[in-house]
Amino acid sequence: MTFGLQLFQFLLSGLTTGSTYALIAIGFSLIHNATGIVNFAQGEFVMLGGMFMITYYSSLKLPMVLAFFLTLFSVSLIGLLLERGPIRQARSKEILILVMITVGASISIKGLSMVLWGKNAMTLSSFSGDAPLLLWGAAIMPQSIWIFAITLMVVVGLHYFFQGTMTGKAMRAVAASRRTAVLTGIPVDRMILLSFTLSGALGAAAGIILTPITTTSYDVGVMLGLKGFSAAILGGYGSMPGAVLGGLLLGVLESLAAGLVSSEYKDALAFLILLAVLFFKPTGILGRGRLRRV
Amino acid sequence: MGKKNKIYLLIFAAIIFALPAFLRNNYHLMVLNVAALNILVVVGLNLLMGYAGQISLGHAAFFGLGAYISAVLTTTYGFPIWPTILLAMVITGMVAFAIGIPTLKLEGHYLVMATLGFNVIVYIVMIQLEPVTGGPSGFSGIPRLQAAGFVFDSDRKIYFLLWAVSIGSLLLSLNLIHSRVGRAMAALSQNEIAARCAGIDTERYKVKIFVLSAVLASLAGSLYAHYLTFISPGTFSFFYSLQVVTMVLVGGMGSLWGSLFGALLLTLLPEALHAVKEYNVLLYGLILMVALVFFPHGLFPGIAAVLGRGKISGSPDSEKPLALNKGT
Amino acid sequence: MNQKILEAKNITLRFGGLEALNGLSFSIDPHRIVSIIGPNGAGKTTLLNAITGVYCPDSGEFLYRERQISRLKPHQIAALGIHRTFQQSQLFSRMTVLENVMVGMHPVTHSGFWKGVLHLPGERKEEKETRQNAKNLLDFFGLLPKAGRMADQISIADQRRLEIARAMAGNPELMLLDEPVAGLNIRETEAMGDLILRLKEKGQTIILVEHNMHLVMGISDRLIVLHHGSKIGEGRPEEIQKDPQVVEAYLGR
Repeated sequence: MTFGLQLFQFLLSGLTTGSTYALIAIGFSLIHNATGIVNFAQGEFVMLGGMFMITYYSSLKLPMVLAFFLTLFSVSLIGLLLERGPIRQARSKEILILVMITVGASISIKGLSMVLWGKNAMTLSSFSGDAPLLLWGAAIMPQSIWIFAITLMVVVGLHYFFQGTMTGKAMRAVAASRRTAVLTGIPVDRMILLSFTLSGALGAAAGIILTPITTTSYDVGVMLGLKGFSAAILGGYGSMPGAVLGGLLLGVLESLAAGLVSSEYKDALAFLILLAVLFFKPTGILGRGRLRRV
Repeated sequence: MGKKNKIYLLIFAAIIFALPAFLRNNYHLMVLNVAALNILVVVGLNLLMGYAGQISLGHAAFFGLGAYISAVLTTTYGFPIWPTILLAMVITGMVAFAIGIPTLKLEGHYLVMATLGFNVIVYIVMIQLEPVTGGPSGFSGIPRLQAAGFVFDSDRKIYFLLWAVSIGSLLLSLNLIHSRVGRAMAALSQNEIAARCAGIDTERYKVKIFVLSAVLASLAGSLYAHYLTFISPGTFSFFYSLQVVTMVLVGGMGSLWGSLFGALLLTLLPEALHAVKEYNVLLYGLILMVALVFFPHGLFPGIAAVLGRGKISGSPDSEKPLALNKGT
Repeated sequence: MNQKILEAKNITLRFGGLEALNGLSFSIDPHRIVSIIGPNGAGKTTLLNAITGVYCPDSGEFLYRERQISRLKPHQIAALGIHRTFQQSQLFSRMTVLENVMVGMHPVTHSGFWKGVLHLPGERKEEKETRQNAKNLLDFFGLLPKAGRMADQISIADQRRLEIARAMAGNPELMLLDEPVAGLNIRETEAMGDLILRLKEKGQTIILVEHNMHLVMGISDRLIVLHHGSKIGEGRPEEIQKDPQVVEAYLGR
């Protein structure tokens, strides 16, 4: 295999994982924009996506499309319960406390998953088989194409949602300035609820499409969540296009590092990048630089 | 003011040192030993969170650095134990300094993210650098602590050493809180702009506190390594960082006694949860959420109020812990 | 001795596209009370923030006793002798009245980190002195009976005095007071005016930002009038009162 072809192969696999990182990163940005908190349970939404899909499709033998949407619905529900429950009921609205509550939620969800599904790794069959396709000499799994397609649909759908619908614009308003949003009559509480619900769905989607490739188990949420978070910071925290860019870029860099340098340390790369971004350009690639040094 | 707290500390020390006479079971002693080490970490973290207004989600890495540096240098290279512990503290301090300087300058919670990333990187290195660290199966054969011919080779013997160090750190922390620097730090956490305009170099103090908290964690890690004579990466994961932050929060941020209480509680809790086996993670998460939702300022101030006590926390004449953020 | 205690030379400060301070120049003689007045949004608080290093001017410079201070950080400027109060009292609400003043003494005390941690004799001595000096200062400000109360549990008028006391604790030479009588009644305002005059007697130079014209005209030696970030008038109170430009700026046309 020529070097160029190798690179192309790495690029493809990088874009594959990168797409899922992008979806996770968008989930983080959504909640952060609406509430200012980092939702540490985001990674668990991804894990749940895989788990529910396996239950509905493999165990209960439901048709794939139905299982897909049922999973999205189930995890969105959990996102909703998280917001309505612990977050809304919290006696203190300080950001640190709320963030640590999401940490508690993440541990609880992980614990619940351990009880319900056990500790073993589980897998999902690929949506359309495992026979690799050839693209300009490089092998590409059909699942990767699904991943690209679904991610693209989600991103386009979100774009339309935020630019074209009233609700989407309202959410952007809340992100820009909560006080103004309240004054103009936007139901901020409902927007926050929506952000959690949507993040749940996004996490689930990421989990569903990724599981056939990487398998899933009760503890994959932590690492995926952290990487998605890194991707969000890399692209510019709070920025939707930034999340997509960050996710894809992180996936590609990880793949290149694994292939060209060392595959054992590839997980560390995401966090080295995180540190590098924080030290040199904390607002990320696309972030609006509003760091007034007071 | 500070005197009342010191008397309480003395009483607490007396109870602690008397306990082993009543505890026959070594397992109980071991749990208390681990609690003592956790308190050492939590004291520093409490200063960071309560007085510098910063959060670190990477203290497991500093704890781990202390452990692995001590372990590797004394076991593989035959370095002397106590100087190595000091060396580990210096190295960890320098690393914390390097992380703190760029991130603490900025507004916003960049230190959280940086420490998080740092924790994961260190964890991965611990696992992957097998020839040096022993990899995922861990590192064994670490020499026990000894001083003047006396070897600390049992849970009981090391108990007094660990708790002496721990209580010592509490005492030093109390001293700091009631001093000029402690006041400056409290001012910094309550109103940074006013503090700066009053002549307090907030950036420098924030870095100092961060470095101090890292150094204390490193000390705890080194002692941990020499105590258990075996360490593995699993102990130093991100989860431990979360645990120690939770100990501070559950006890009440900024409250010294609260941190003590939080550390004790959350060290004993997982042990108690072992009994319920596969439900332990779920229960831990639920308890955490309940505590944070209903007692955001810590369980300790709530209980102290119920018992009718007055001002006994560590922050200057106040029992209400300090808010980190005003929320959105 | 003709040295000016503070000089501003062509200060410009922009927020995004908005010019908050525009080519501002003035000088202040020591031991005077100079009031900065002007309609809302004229840039008065911005000016105080710029002098104290909270904001960095985009161009121009501030000279304190002929020394460049424009690029210094707030705590360095405070250590040089410039202290301030804020429009909305920025007290340390989880400390007592006494402790707030003790914090103010930070720049003139020295016990460092290790001395504090080890509670060395030198530190203990300094702590005693700090406490005593703080009590004396509270006495001067009439706040000694309330020394043990939490700072957010005293009246607004007392909070203002406390903030000034805290600013005085660090032995400043120049004090910047931002609307100290806003929200106070007539009696409290007069008491504040007396207090400011007594501070001047003690050797302070005071820059006062205020809207209360009665107070301003009553105690100021000079006035500087700002409008849209520029100086549109400067002089003795009687002169300014008659200046048509100033009247126009306030009443609009």
